[in-house]
Amino acid sequence: MGLLSDPNRRRALISMLTRLNAPICVVCYMAGVAWFMGLAFEPFTLRTYMSENAMGSTMVEERFPAGERALATGREFAAHKKKVGGMPVDWLVKTMQSQGLEVFTQRFSRTLPFPDENKERYVVEGTNVYGILRAPRAPRTEALVLSAPCSPGNNNNQAVGLLLGLSQYFRNQIYWAKDIIFLVNEHDLIGMQAWLEGYHHTNTTGMDWSPLQGRGGSIQAALSLELSSDVITSLDLVLEGLNGQLPNLDLANLFYAFCQKIGVLCTIQGKLQRDDWDTASGYSHAVQTMMLMVLKQASGRPWGDHGLFLRYHIEAASIKGINSFRQYKTDATTIGRLLEGMFRKLNNLLERLHQSYFFYLMPSLSRFVSIGYYMPAFGLLAVILLLRALDLWVQLSALPSRTEDGIADIEQVSQTHLGVLSVLTPLVISHLTGVALYTLPIRSQEMAVEHFPVFETEAVVLTAIAIYTAGLALPHNTHRLVSGEGTEQGWRVLKLVAVLYLAVLLGCTALINFSLGFILALTLVPLAAFITPHVPKLLSALFMVLLSPGCTLFFSIFFFQELQETPVNLQEGWVLFLSVISQGILDHSLYGSLVYPLVALLVYPCWLLFWNILFWK
Amino acid sequence: MAAHRCHFPALVLILWSLSVFIVADVQETTRLTDTGPSAASSQQTAAAGEPPAAAETRRQPPEEEDRRWEATEVEEAAPGDAPSDSQTSSAPETVVTPSQPEDDFQEELVIRPLHSGDIYASFQFRTVWDTDFMGGKKVSHYRLFPKSLGQVISKFSVRELHISFTQGYWRTMQWGQPFLPSPPGAELWVWFQDTVTDVDGTWKELTNVLSGIFCASLNFIDSTNTVQPSASFKPLGIGNVTDHRFLRYATLPREIVCTENLTPWKKLLPCGSKAGLAVLMKSEKLFHSSFHSQAVHIRPVCQDWQCKSTSWELRQTLNVVFDLHSSGQGKREWSLFKMFSRTLTEACPLASSSKIYIDVTDNPQGEQFELSPATPLLSQAVVLGDRRTYSVYDLTQQATFGSMRSLNMLLRWKSSDGDMMRPLLHGERYVAGYGLQTGEIHTLMYNHHPYRAFPVLLLDTVPWYLRLYIHTLTVTSKGKDNKPSYIHYQPSKDRVRPHLLEMLVQLPPNSVTEVTVQFERALLKWTEYTPDPNHGFYVGSSVVSALVPSVVAMDTNSTQERPLFSSFFPSKEESSYFVRIYTEPLLVNLPTPDFSMPYNVICLTCTVVAVGYGSLYNLLTRTFQVEEPSPGLAKRLANIIRKMRGVPPL
Repeated sequence: MGLLSDPNRRRALISMLTRLNAPICVVCYMAGVAWFMGLAFEPFTLRTYMSENAMGSTMVEERFPAGERALATGREFAAHKKKVGGMPVDWLVKTMQSQGLEVFTQRFSRTLPFPDENKERYVVEGTNVYGILRAPRAPRTEALVLSAPCSPGNNNNQAVGLLLGLSQYFRNQIYWAKDIIFLVNEHDLIGMQAWLEGYHHTNTTGMDWSPLQGRGGSIQAALSLELSSDVITSLDLVLEGLNGQLPNLDLANLFYAFCQKIGVLCTIQGKLQRDDWDTASGYSHAVQTMMLMVLKQASGRPWGDHGLFLRYHIEAASIKGINSFRQYKTDATTIGRLLEGMFRKLNNLLERLHQSYFFYLMPSLSRFVSIGYYMPAFGLLAVILLLRALDLWVQLSALPSRTEDGIADIEQVSQTHLGVLSVLTPLVISHLTGVALYTLPIRSQEMAVEHFPVFETEAVVLTAIAIYTAGLALPHNTHRLVSGEGTEQGWRVLKLVAVLYLAVLLGCTALINFSLGFILALTLVPLAAFITPHVPKLLSALFMVLLSPGCTLFFSIFFFQELQETPVNLQEGWVLFLSVISQGILDHSLYGSLVYPLVALLVYPCWLLFWNILFWK
Repeated sequence: MAAHRCHFPALVLILWSLSVFIVADVQETTRLTDTGPSAASSQQTAAAGEPPAAAETRRQPPEEEDRRWEATEVEEAAPGDAPSDSQTSSAPETVVTPSQPEDDFQEELVIRPLHSGDIYASFQFRTVWDTDFMGGKKVSHYRLFPKSLGQVISKFSVRELHISFTQGYWRTMQWGQPFLPSPPGAELWVWFQDTVTDVDGTWKELTNVLSGIFCASLNFIDSTNTVQPSASFKPLGIGNVTDHRFLRYATLPREIVCTENLTPWKKLLPCGSKAGLAVLMKSEKLFHSSFHSQAVHIRPVCQDWQCKSTSWELRQTLNVVFDLHSSGQGKREWSLFKMFSRTLTEACPLASSSKIYIDVTDNPQGEQFELSPATPLLSQAVVLGDRRTYSVYDLTQQATFGSMRSLNMLLRWKSSDGDMMRPLLHGERYVAGYGLQTGEIHTLMYNHHPYRAFPVLLLDTVPWYLRLYIHTLTVTSKGKDNKPSYIHYQPSKDRVRPHLLEMLVQLPPNSVTEVTVQFERALLKWTEYTPDPNHGFYVGSSVVSALVPSVVAMDTNSTQERPLFSSFFPSKEESSYFVRIYTEPLLVNLPTPDFSMPYNVICLTCTVVAVGYGSLYNLLTRTFQVEEPSPGLAKRLANIIRKMRGVPPL
């Protein structure tokens, strides 16, 4: 650090950094992207391993025999479901009670802020049914959860059947040390949210639910089961939860270990694992798997019923049965044995799962990238912002030092006053636009429906897009408020503030949700780096719009569909874009997802600041 | 608090009545072969206002709570423990020959089939010794009373000692009320003699000694988990000192109970596990159950009805619930052999009475289940406010064992229907909220009585590392604020003592009363974490003590099997009975550092501090300027002169 303490050498360093600023930034950006792409390359990743000793060496035997009976129960459930036209509460209660479980129900109701067109629901009322298997000689302090959603139509009947089969089998065993809660939740995530809020007696989203009567203490882990066919070809593990939270890696390891042991094909992001890492196709497969995880995590929504558990510090994952055209099929007994094995291992846990990683990316089910490996990729992007800020700072401090006499000083003082005003005005106005983007779509939906021939959902989404677009006219309005011309120094101060703001914003986002932070950095950093009022206006404006958060979302949708091997054309993409926006707003109001407020209240205003700089007069 | 003080007389009244009614029972015994079931005995004597110590007779099941209505046949042994009331006709001892010092041992087993298909077996062994440990002379000759405990009593001047080890949680809503409630883990409460000067020191020594006797971790009891409840735990024996300075109460919710605790417990029995009912106690079966609880209670009782001198009573109890599904293979059929993998061949030769009671109340005509071999003896008692009928097997009679020379009772269900009456009082507790900063403890108390309100005493002991915000304490019933008439709160001191919160709350009929209090989780010092910190930290059970209106008194409209004149006033028999229930313990996660990587953390922190922070601090606090070479001596002198002249320096 003598380097910085020595004024001469400091000066030399700074002059080098300012001189070579642009090349260094370009190199950092390339290095960041390259580092990120390298994460999926197998020799650079680590093989997963079980960190938790309680789950490692103690092998358990899986003896679940009653897969066929479970499927029969599933069919019975389906028949009752069809007869009742919803959740067959009475039948479930009776069935669970006859197995010797303590059975409780919970009613809940929720009116969505606007109708959800994907799932066709507006006023949601339902009942959760759960049975608690009380562990012998345990004082009700710890519990595990196995849940299966009661989905509309013909879905997930086998999951409920298997859940009931497992509950019957588990009930007759003596070795349980934790209570096991078998939960059948209606209306998928809304029901799960109601149950979790009821269990923990919190109310974060304003839902109505009846209080729970029975509890099992603190929940240690949860698995959510989705199964829609009698036989499956593979099991898919879903980890991404609310706000990009992930369960402890040991839960994924546990699933993988049992898939290996029992011989079930297992996938993550619906992608099988490949051995040919040294070929181009093998590498691109790994990249695709990892990119899918990044995109899902960045979306911040729960990708399965497990996603809501993570808020309560409960490690949870969803297991989805997939039936494709492969020859090799797995029957319900085998899945039952797999779940039994997982539950017995979780039952052996003395402590909560905490030994392994909470922040990771998975290019395949047996490989992972830990936070220590992926953070440099983001760091390389973030350092560009700091370098630009340094450059601006040097430029700003160099400007007044040229004038030495007193008159110039007074001018400078008045200029800084003007500077503060010229910085504050765009800041305030762009944030007010952000607030409008956050609040108006839902509040003004009735008005929009009255005046335009649209449905509520469309109204909300289109209002959001309209406000977003209207924000582009902002520079003109800002300048009208500021008297006088914007100075050369003014935009530099504004840009310095905006660059540092963006750096802090992206840094915080990346710590909580790396994927979101990285995707935003990928698009926002280049524009933040190069934008000045002196670049060609039209071309830069087009470039900026293309890199704005809204368009990033639009491209991400196409990219995601491409990765999922269901490519869409522009028309479908647009429809999907609209529904994703409405889902985002719904996720925020229903489950407390933070991506929509983050983008509306912070990222979009930040982007507007740069837009302001471009149109600086 | 000041407002609550004026309610103290009411509290005292309630406490007095609690001690008055704490124990009472009704018992009728009939010999079917002689006179038929309707022939009630004529010698009915009412006993009111007796202290709890006198409440038990040797033929009774181990309930400690009902007033006594007694009827005895000549064949039956008369009540042996001298009641303190002046009305009971106390028959003379017939079994034990009077000798000095006199001791007496009784054993019994109560089996109650539960509606869930499970089965509840409760052993009780009682040793009474007419001696005085506190007297001047040293007691050195022991016969039936275990010497280890006798020495503990005399050395530590113990007046009353209650210790229980429980594995599992009593499921009140499925199983009804237990005969002897106990919280999960270990519970110890002791009343010391008022001659003890250093109670805390004695308590510390006592817990260490008991820890050795019972092979348990009772030595973990220290000041951070010991409290002195002011009202919840009153002496159960004779004596009227209720100054709670001499009371110590502690629970260890994390204590795990297993065979190593059972073996020393069995060794306290006069026959060990060699003969009598104790042969059934095979640990591989006792711990293959849903609930296991063993306890030792020592208290002074009256020697005779005049109560001029005291005896010491040692009660050892063991309660087990066998599960229908995991131990019973799902078949509703129980036998002694299936439960304990043993049958009975003899009573303990040292025992003056040895009996097995089977609860057949729900089965008067044998339509629910079938009991074989049949027994001619029936006994009736009011247990926990409900009139129960028991089939009795007297092991001291050779006829009981039949021609096989062994007794293996068999209970076979015929139908599985029939509803259990909901317990009138029921409690539960949980932690609300998420995150590792704050939380809220909810305690729910259910009063299922359709029309009677009753008061309960709630005792909460919370470790210091959960910092209770006592201003957030709310008590609500039926959506309305329910102001406790008495609150005793002792705030915690960090690392010294826990929170103690006692409240007297009136539970309205048919209601749920919710007590909530918010807390903040403290950050412990790194040496204070347990070896498995991510498991969480335990908060012991809340204790709810109450006088619950009797079920017998509840059905005001029932005229069956009772003369009309007896059923006009609703509380014909006991108006209420004493119940103590324990809620579940809580497992709370505290903010926990990542202990698995101290090396990384230390390295990283040191690097950040040394390099990052240090240099930044350096840059921020120091000014850097290019230093001029120091001027020569002549120049300096010239400057001084110029300064004196008022001319700017060179």
